[in-house]
Amino acid sequence: MKWILLSIVVTATALSDLLQSHEMKRAGAQSVGARGLARLLKTISMRRDLILSIVCLAISFFAFMALVQAEPLSFAVPASASSFILETVAAKFILKEQVGIRRGAGALLVLGGVILLAR
Amino acid sequence: MRFRTYSLLGLFVFLRPLGNLSLAWGTKHFPQVLSLNPMVYLRAMVDPFVALGIAMLILALLTRMALLSLADLSFVLPVTAIGYVLATLFGQVFLHEAVGARQWMGTVLIFMGTGLVGTTSQNTTLPAEEPD
Repeated sequence: MKWILLSIVVTATALSDLLQSHEMKRAGAQSVGARGLARLLKTISMRRDLILSIVCLAISFFAFMALVQAEPLSFAVPASASSFILETVAAKFILKEQVGIRRGAGALLVLGGVILLAR
Repeated sequence: MRFRTYSLLGLFVFLRPLGNLSLAWGTKHFPQVLSLNPMVYLRAMVDPFVALGIAMLILALLTRMALLSLADLSFVLPVTAIGYVLATLFGQVFLHEAVGARQWMGTVLIFMGTGLVGTTSQNTTLPAEEPD
């Protein structure tokens, strides 16, 4: 069961981030000042993929809650951090971002750090 | 544009751990055990610390979305991981959680990784100046 929950967490997180990144770039530069927030909320309400990304985020959250209820946090946190790698690879091939050696190495260092931080 | 990106980044990096801290503080001091009963969750959400935590986490989500309108996902992911370091610090200072050598080593790795990614270009795809 833990692997099923972990797969749901990782897949839903990656899907949510990919949808958000793609749609927010299309929506243009946003801010979070008083007027910026109103515009951002309007943008979210008008874009189906952004709403879908929030649904994915909710699925990921509840699957993570179920995972930490059944498994130790020391497994759940580093295991779910594997979405870092999946998302970086997807960003390169799906979103066509330029992931060079420095960015890739940085992401790996951060992943290692997150694994060490988990108790 | 770079200033706006780093402003949003700074806001997000503080909002998320502060939101989690407030949520953790509120739920730890909540008199009832959180169960599957939704009424207990609703009662917990009236607690000022829990409510403040939820509000900060919603604002953090919106800030991250605004950040993604300016910067690559592969840039935002590792750079915002610095929030894990703040969460560890807040946990130690405010919740008196034990932080050992292994955790501090993890913190150093995250700092190094974040610094390395921070030197790369924040947006390598199409510029996001104008809404479509």
